[in-house]
Amino acid sequence: MPHPGEPKPHHSLWVRISHWIITFTFFSLVFTGIEILMVHPRLYWGEVGNDLTPALIELPISRNYRHGGYSKSVAFFDSDKSIVSANRTYDIFNQNGWGRSLHFLSAWILVITGGIYLLMGVFTGHFRRRILPTLRELLPQSIIKDLISHWRSRPVASSEYNLLQRISYMIVIFFLFPCIAISGLTMSPAITAAFPFLLDASGGLQSARTSHFLLSLALESFLIVHFIMVILSGFKQQLRGMIIGK
Amino acid sequence: MRRSRLISRRKAIITGLTSLGALMLPGCTKPLPPTYGNILRMGDNLTYVAHRTLLPGQSLAKEYSHSDISSFPATGTVNPSEYSEEYAKHLSSSFEDWRLPIEGLVARPGSYSLSDLQNLTKRTQITRHTCEEGWTAIAEWTGVPLGTLLQHAGILPTATYVVFHTYDEWLACFDLNDSFHPQTIIAYGMNGKSIPIQHGAPVRLRVERQVGYRSVKYLKKIVVSDKFEDSNIETGWAWYNGI
Repeated sequence: MPHPGEPKPHHSLWVRISHWIITFTFFSLVFTGIEILMVHPRLYWGEVGNDLTPALIELPISRNYRHGGYSKSVAFFDSDKSIVSANRTYDIFNQNGWGRSLHFLSAWILVITGGIYLLMGVFTGHFRRRILPTLRELLPQSIIKDLISHWRSRPVASSEYNLLQRISYMIVIFFLFPCIAISGLTMSPAITAAFPFLLDASGGLQSARTSHFLLSLALESFLIVHFIMVILSGFKQQLRGMIIGK
Repeated sequence: MRRSRLISRRKAIITGLTSLGALMLPGCTKPLPPTYGNILRMGDNLTYVAHRTLLPGQSLAKEYSHSDISSFPATGTVNPSEYSEEYAKHLSSSFEDWRLPIEGLVARPGSYSLSDLQNLTKRTQITRHTCEEGWTAIAEWTGVPLGTLLQHAGILPTATYVVFHTYDEWLACFDLNDSFHPQTIIAYGMNGKSIPIQHGAPVRLRVERQVGYRSVKYLKKIVVSDKFEDSNIETGWAWYNGI
């Protein structure tokens, strides 16, 4: 075992295995997530949102976008401003039967793998030695220095991560993934019956749903930048490093 | 790593994961619905077992205030007359002769008219309908708790599932945990009036810890059973959908 502080010459086996399990389940979650969003491509804030209430964002990503297939609305109460009901007459696109179940199955695998990864990261010292920046590194001048060196030179493949790399990995591992998992769980009626504070923390089910979508955009942006950096620093060498560890 | 250490990190992690696995074991002794070898249905069963094992048994879904009641689209079947002549007849006579039979594993099988149901203990709740499609709506529901009805009919100890037959030819079954949950009601009122046709008249089910499509509309018959019977698995949908 190398001396603490001394960089390891390669990605360890548990990092490589969890990296690829998380990669494949993430792709599956993005694919099924798009399918699920296509079924109801409207986003809201708060607890309530449906075709009869105004949307925050409407996404033109399926034939369900502004389909307008509703019968004349009927008031529930005897007042001018009464809430209403209307019958849907349009046959919507809906593949959620497999879409949702595959989303949840992938989420199970990702959450279990991610949980083991977090435990290993803490107990092997991986986070402390290789991911977390020191306080001095977080000073503006060292971040600016790292930004300039990013701009000037091509990135190189190394298992010792540079500052910006460590900051972005830290955001992904300790912020984006935990938040997207929690916002996903907040959409479950069984989970929120047991833990009602989840609904209050996010501002309601529809807020959690919208947050879940925005967080997924952040993770997808990370993936694109990550992929570009892998190509720029030597695709073959990097891929070999993450598969066989050399 | 030195072998002499009493508890190594690796051992601690492995022990932790093993205990988590053991914690899940009691869930496996409960009856599980068939998966027909479908990996997605196995995933649904994993979620079901995890929810039943790790979540507290009878915690209540959030209830809202009267001012939170919202507009509510009617989707799926909005009038089952096209599937059932019997329903069309009941509809034309304002459900005067309509009765809800309870049969199967009960000591006192029988049937309940609308006024019989209204004379049993009533529960009113303002809850959120969470549709699998992604939308939500809040409404006030009034009805008789299913648990009250099952006790009234004398449910037998061999029962494992409660199966609902509907006028739009659907079968939906629930385990006893959901069936005896205080917010699982046979609803006859919506927003202070009788349930409108498009929302499930004369009575519909409300199962507040699962997504919307599990709260089936247009109830025709209740069968208490020890067999799993549900239309969803055959049509490619999750049977348990608390997520």
